[in-house]
Amino acid sequence: MIDLPLIWASLLAFAVFVYVVLDGFDLGIGILYPYLKTGQDRDVAMNSVAPVWDGNETWLILGGGGLFAAFPLAYAVIMPALYAPIIVMILALVFRGVAFEYRWRDDRHKPIWDLSFHLGSLAATFSQGIVLGSFVQGIKVVDRAYGGGWWDWLSPFTIICGFALTCGYCLLGATWLILKTEEGLRDRAYSFARLFGVLTLVFMAIVSVWTPFLSPDIAERWVSFPQLLFVIPVPTFIIVLGCLLGWGIYKRVDRVPFFATIGLFGLCFAGLGIGVAPYIVPRAITIHEAAAPHASLLFMLVGAVILIPIILMYTAYSYWVFRGKIDPNAGYH
Amino acid sequence: MLDAFDTLILARSQFAFTVMFHIIFPAFSIGLASYLLVLEGLWLKTDKNVYLELFKYWRKIFAVTFAMGVVSGIVMSYQFGTNWSVFSDKAGPVIGPLMAYEVLTAFFLEAGFLGVMLFGMGRVSKNLHFLATFMVAIGTLISTTWILSANSWMHTPAGFSINEVGQYVPENWLEIIFNPSFPYRLVHMVLAAYLTTAFIVGGVGALHLLRENSNEAARKMFSMAMWMAVLVAPLQLVAGDLHGLNTFEHQPVKVMAMEGHYHSHAEGAPLYIFGIPNDETQSLDYAIGIPKLSSLILEHDLNAPLKGLDTVPDELQPPVGIVFWSFRVMVSVGMLMIIVGLIGAVLRRRGHLYDSRLFHRLCVLMGPSGFVAVLAGWVTTEVGRQPFTIYGELLTSNSIGPVEKQAVAVSLLAFIIVYFLLFGAGTYYILKMMNKLPEELQTISHGPSRVMEGHSSKRSERLGEVQNGQNIQSAGEDNQGGNGDD
Ligand code: HDD
Ligand code: HEM
Ligand code: HEM
Repeated sequence: MIDLPLIWASLLAFAVFVYVVLDGFDLGIGILYPYLKTGQDRDVAMNSVAPVWDGNETWLILGGGGLFAAFPLAYAVIMPALYAPIIVMILALVFRGVAFEYRWRDDRHKPIWDLSFHLGSLAATFSQGIVLGSFVQGIKVVDRAYGGGWWDWLSPFTIICGFALTCGYCLLGATWLILKTEEGLRDRAYSFARLFGVLTLVFMAIVSVWTPFLSPDIAERWVSFPQLLFVIPVPTFIIVLGCLLGWGIYKRVDRVPFFATIGLFGLCFAGLGIGVAPYIVPRAITIHEAAAPHASLLFMLVGAVILIPIILMYTAYSYWVFRGKIDPNAGYH
Repeated sequence: MLDAFDTLILARSQFAFTVMFHIIFPAFSIGLASYLLVLEGLWLKTDKNVYLELFKYWRKIFAVTFAMGVVSGIVMSYQFGTNWSVFSDKAGPVIGPLMAYEVLTAFFLEAGFLGVMLFGMGRVSKNLHFLATFMVAIGTLISTTWILSANSWMHTPAGFSINEVGQYVPENWLEIIFNPSFPYRLVHMVLAAYLTTAFIVGGVGALHLLRENSNEAARKMFSMAMWMAVLVAPLQLVAGDLHGLNTFEHQPVKVMAMEGHYHSHAEGAPLYIFGIPNDETQSLDYAIGIPKLSSLILEHDLNAPLKGLDTVPDELQPPVGIVFWSFRVMVSVGMLMIIVGLIGAVLRRRGHLYDSRLFHRLCVLMGPSGFVAVLAGWVTTEVGRQPFTIYGELLTSNSIGPVEKQAVAVSLLAFIIVYFLLFGAGTYYILKMMNKLPEELQTISHGPSRVMEGHSSKRSERLGEVQNGQNIQSAGEDNQGGNGDD
């Protein structure tokens, strides 16, 4: 019989990964926003994501909604545990989401909405880092419910994860701008990419070294036999992709840095997955324990199998319609 | 114990606050998306510039509304987990897949084609652009379908069983999706969204007619809105009536509260027009009623006996005052809408649709009436379901998760501040845009919604240079010029 919970866990992991990459670059642009020149540069940066940001955030809804539907117990435990960072994240997303439209409505208010875009993106990213960190760190479960307080998520490790993700999203944002813009803005984007490329790699190293010390369980898992086969290539590939990123930035090959960064994110994600599986609430609830009944998972799987490829197709189409460098003169500012 | 009670009240307030804010935006954007589709279709068919002008005008307003709908909606999808985690754990297997289907079939569709619809004119062919508008419009309707199915299931649960850990387990998906109240609620809500939009469009049209009654765009939108009002408002009365009968069958206690029937009536129950419900004494004070009418409406028999809340234990009754009054507010607005639609039709026949200033003033006043009715309707429905979240199954007090009072209080405060601030600003921008005529709005906006082709009005031709210039300074001046006339 097919292992539905496992399929759903993989689908959710896929949704979260797509979210991190897609919204990562548009959140990253938000974080870098104050460091872009006012006027044309900011308009172009905003317009490079305006047609796609809503689609990007929909993957977050799929992540949250999918967790609710496929692993209701995990959703019911994780949300109260991460109450504060989740609330901050959704409120921050409100601040940045409205800025896409509001900033064009009145030129006198533009600075306010640029700030709202920036702070919203920053706060949302940092909270996502904290969410990720606390997830890895572990959540206290008592009787099918969260058993801790509402500040348990706060720890040095989660704060470091917040900074790490912020740097990572900045790198994604900068490399996206390299891909989509020209001239002065692209030059700036290259200098951001250099800075955040280095920082991202450093943070990745810190987090990877720290993680096994969080619990002997993870350490055991990473060095035990079948997993080791997967764990070893990860750092190797990270080095390869890191070099590729450096080369792309140094040689100014516009297309390379963005995709190299996606690769780096993918590897981190894989590493995380190996550390966490088969749990969905690390070291407390497994995928199978949290899974919704068979009837729910099967019903959704039918839809997902048909719809996700279609979604990917029209999403790709809408990226394709807005392909190429943003022309600041023509276009839709 | 008191603490748990406070937490419950706070969590309920938080849910009610965020969802009531959220529904304001869909109520408008569902209708507006369809209206945009109609406008673009008419433009493609007739090639008349006025349709394109109107399309661009309302598209800009749509973009802002939609953005607010999206961000307030993301909040909703996490609201279940943060405060109502016990509910999530138990009802997740049934409600979750419905919402997952909403994401997969509707949200992605809307979001994927929204970019093309807003920014794609000139980049894709006219037909493809029309297709994008179609996808957005149909997406809002698909989304409505799924979320109302989920919501209706909580009112009239069907097709499930309960497993050993207390979760609701789906047994028959068709019964779950097409649960007894779903078709009624869906029809009623879609009509509500269309009416809401019609009255806003009509209000804006009337506002501009009052200033310049020869303006073609203003005439066009006013006329279209009045057609909608006269056709859809009476339909809503019928749909609402059927919905009420369905509720009477499946949630009789809610109807007792709506009708203010504290007491059973053995022979023909009156329809109370007015009264002050008093839960303490279990009586409707100062009641004014029309004898036997309630029995006629609900049972189609003047003398049919009707049970009252005296047959229901106190702790299983909803708060009658809220339900009683919100229901009357909704129905009164509905009646007003019907009257406005009829007056419009009469004026149109007599050829005075565009020059009756009194009527235009009335229509401006009625502009936001749809929101009032929608909110009142939802309050009737949801408060009338209390004290249950899943009617007859799961008590609201047993739905809440292990959250701390401070956490709920602080986040509620944060929601209130942020929502009023940000959505207040959005409302201000929308009103500012509505205050302009279509041809004025095109020339002053630098928003991403402006597209390169089709500067239709003369003013924009003149200002074309400034618009395309990248100099923010000159753009700012241009904008101020535009602001000057309001
Ligand atoms: C009558 C219809 C209706 C109702 C009752 C609700 N919504 Fe809604 N929602 C919509 C109709 C809608 C929509 C028309 O599809 C929106 C409005 C504007 C928009 O962007 O899409 C939307 C947006 C929207 C979004 C953002 C979608 C996107 O990114 O495109 C989410 C996550 C939700 N909603 C979730 C909810 C939840 C969890 C609700 C219940 C508590 C809810 N909505 C009630
Ligand atoms: C969008 C339109 C909606 C509005 C305006 C609305 C309004 C409300 C209100 C006012 C309450 C509070 C009732 C009270 O506590 O006395 C409530 C409760 C609730 N609603 Fe809705 N609702 C809407 C849609 C939905 C949908 C679509 C769902 C689920 C799929 C839902 C789920 C709930 C739940 C779980 C509660 C219980 C929590 C509580 O009592 O506050 N609602 N709603
Ligand atoms: C004209 C007479 C109307 C009647 C007789 C009527 C009837 C009803 C009834 C009986 C309910 C409660 C359903 C339940 O038991 O849960 C309801 C809910 C509702 N009504 Fe009305 N209604 C009318 C007009 C309107 C208008 C004009 C609007 C908005 C423009 C509106 C919007 C709503 C909404 C949004 C709900 C909550 C969702 C639902 O349950 O469908 N109604 N209506």
